[in-house]
Amino acid sequence: MAALNLKGITKIYPHSGDQKKAKKKAGEPEKKTNLQVTDKGVIAVQSFDLDIKDKEFIVLVGPSGCGKSTTLRMVAGLEEISGGELYIDGKLVNDVEPKNRDIAMVFQSYALYPHMTVYENMAFPLKLRKVAKDEIDKRVKEAAAILDITQYLDRKPKALSGGQRQRVAIGRAIVREPKVLLMDEPLSNLDAKLRNQMRAEIIKLRQKINTTFIYVTHDQTEAMTLGDRIVIMKDGFIQQIGTPQEVFDHPANIFVAGFIGMPQMNFFDAKLTEEGGKYFVSVGGCKVELSEEKQKNLSARKAAAQSITLGVRPSHMVLAKETGNTLTATVEVAEMMGSEIHFHAGVEGRDVVVIVPTMDTNGQHIDTFHAGDKLNLTFSGSVCHVFGQDGKNLEF
Amino acid sequence: MKNRSLEASQKRMTVLTYTALILGALIMVFPFVWMILTSLKTVPESMQVPPTILPKEMIVSNFGDAMKSLPFLKLYLNTALMIFFRVICAVAFSSMAGYAFAMLEFRGKKLLFGIVLVQMSLPSQIFIIPQYQMVAKMGLANTIFALVFPGIVSAFGVFFLRQTYMGIPKEIGEAAYLDGCNQWQTFYKIMFPLTGTSVAALTIFTAVFAYSDLMWPLVVNSDLNMMTLSSGLATLRGQFTTNFPVLMAGSLLAMLPMVILYLIFQKQFIEGIASTGGK
Repeated sequence: MAALNLKGITKIYPHSGDQKKAKKKAGEPEKKTNLQVTDKGVIAVQSFDLDIKDKEFIVLVGPSGCGKSTTLRMVAGLEEISGGELYIDGKLVNDVEPKNRDIAMVFQSYALYPHMTVYENMAFPLKLRKVAKDEIDKRVKEAAAILDITQYLDRKPKALSGGQRQRVAIGRAIVREPKVLLMDEPLSNLDAKLRNQMRAEIIKLRQKINTTFIYVTHDQTEAMTLGDRIVIMKDGFIQQIGTPQEVFDHPANIFVAGFIGMPQMNFFDAKLTEEGGKYFVSVGGCKVELSEEKQKNLSARKAAAQSITLGVRPSHMVLAKETGNTLTATVEVAEMMGSEIHFHAGVEGRDVVVIVPTMDTNGQHIDTFHAGDKLNLTFSGSVCHVFGQDGKNLEF
Repeated sequence: MKNRSLEASQKRMTVLTYTALILGALIMVFPFVWMILTSLKTVPESMQVPPTILPKEMIVSNFGDAMKSLPFLKLYLNTALMIFFRVICAVAFSSMAGYAFAMLEFRGKKLLFGIVLVQMSLPSQIFIIPQYQMVAKMGLANTIFALVFPGIVSAFGVFFLRQTYMGIPKEIGEAAYLDGCNQWQTFYKIMFPLTGTSVAALTIFTAVFAYSDLMWPLVVNSDLNMMTLSSGLATLRGQFTTNFPVLMAGSLLAMLPMVILYLIFQKQFIEGIASTGGK
């Protein structure tokens, strides 16, 4: 149970000797990734500002190399903080040893001690803190009951399945009743079915234990389902912070729009026009008036008529019965998903995905689609996301 | 038809493999058999040309003569102590140094590890003179310490255990660190117990090397009561004549503890060799 404040946290990995030499030889800074490279080194995380409330569940999400794990490791104390300040419960902890930060961490690879039984693994952090034996026994058994691993307490980790090992790793972390529980992609090593199961377990666990969670994942589904708030990162920078609904409904930029939501948002080259004080978006032969809310936001920011990237989620595109003010799509692939069909189609030179239910409201099956079919698509002004040339949402 | 020719060629391969293995085994075993047979021969028969294979007359008294010629109990004890301390030192220092080289970041790490590698690649004989001078100047020649001295730190052990520690996921150490361990606790409570197989292998290698080490014990301890089995046996070789049956009987007696240990720890011994890729 603790509030965390991350103020301008930065992580710079200094160049190794070999890199320095190579740079000197080439006479210019190297740029292998999108991470910023300076004379001091590679900037893995830059100006990370976040206030985490007590008992909040924060998810850091982003593609590989975006700096989410580095940020978590800096909070844990496993990585030195190059710049900025980290406060736990109002106390500056930049130079505090990990063991004195009162945090626990669950690793992707479980990191259980192979020579100890499940009981010993879970009791180990308490033994180090010289907790009384009875108390250790009580706490280990309580945690084991919460995680449903009581029957495995005498086993060694190698005799457990992946899911059971992950439960033990979580057990070892919660038995200490830490102020902050850090989880670094804890479900990545599990198969899809087990991952869904464990995700639900983590939601239940969160209801049972009162602590602050910071959870790192590259899986947007985990982020959306687990987090009170999501921090979306890319190339060491925070792209957006918000509740799952906020980032889904109002993505701050094209990256967030594309990263959050499955299947990914469709993007079109379009035009934003202003006629009679109203904003319209035009793509191909389709011209749509934006909703009241979007009109207000664009007016407030004095958005000018311009070329834009229009984003529409696959579930927000609908089949139109008649042509006229619609987009013409040519079906390429239709994926039957049971309750819905995802069809991939070519529209205005872009590949788009459209989700169509397999049944209409009367319970009648909708015709299936075949490659080459021509369809008319439309969308309403309330589901449009308008991104400027720099990729930022013009409503922000 | 095809199956039959395949079976025939497989059989031929099996016969060839077994022939090669049996030949190899005979070549390996022959010196041991020769040693046992010679230990039962008389002195004239042992030097007879052409040599006899089986002794014409079994002389068991050679074993008694060997026991009288050398203080065997003392030699056994000295050898056991030397092996014990060399193993303890090698395991302790190699584990700590291997852990440091694999898991810790410190200034000069690469250079220091380079020195370890250089030391490992040089023949141990070139260190005998300086090591003898060090022991002699400390006034510790003709002691158990002198026998242990070159084995206190093992460059091979450092290298070998560094590789083992490098194979342990870093997250385990980090988890221990977060659980509240300091560096030393992470090492001895978590990391060291995970290197069991490698430590067993290093123990066996160190013990075998120490047991068969001849030159150092011969150089540093000239007092017969402070010698090891190998150096003690070497004294049975005369300048002009050697009583081969007694020497062979003594060798057999010296060999016994190691053979018994091997029979007990056969599995670990073979695993150890397999894990080091040694021979």
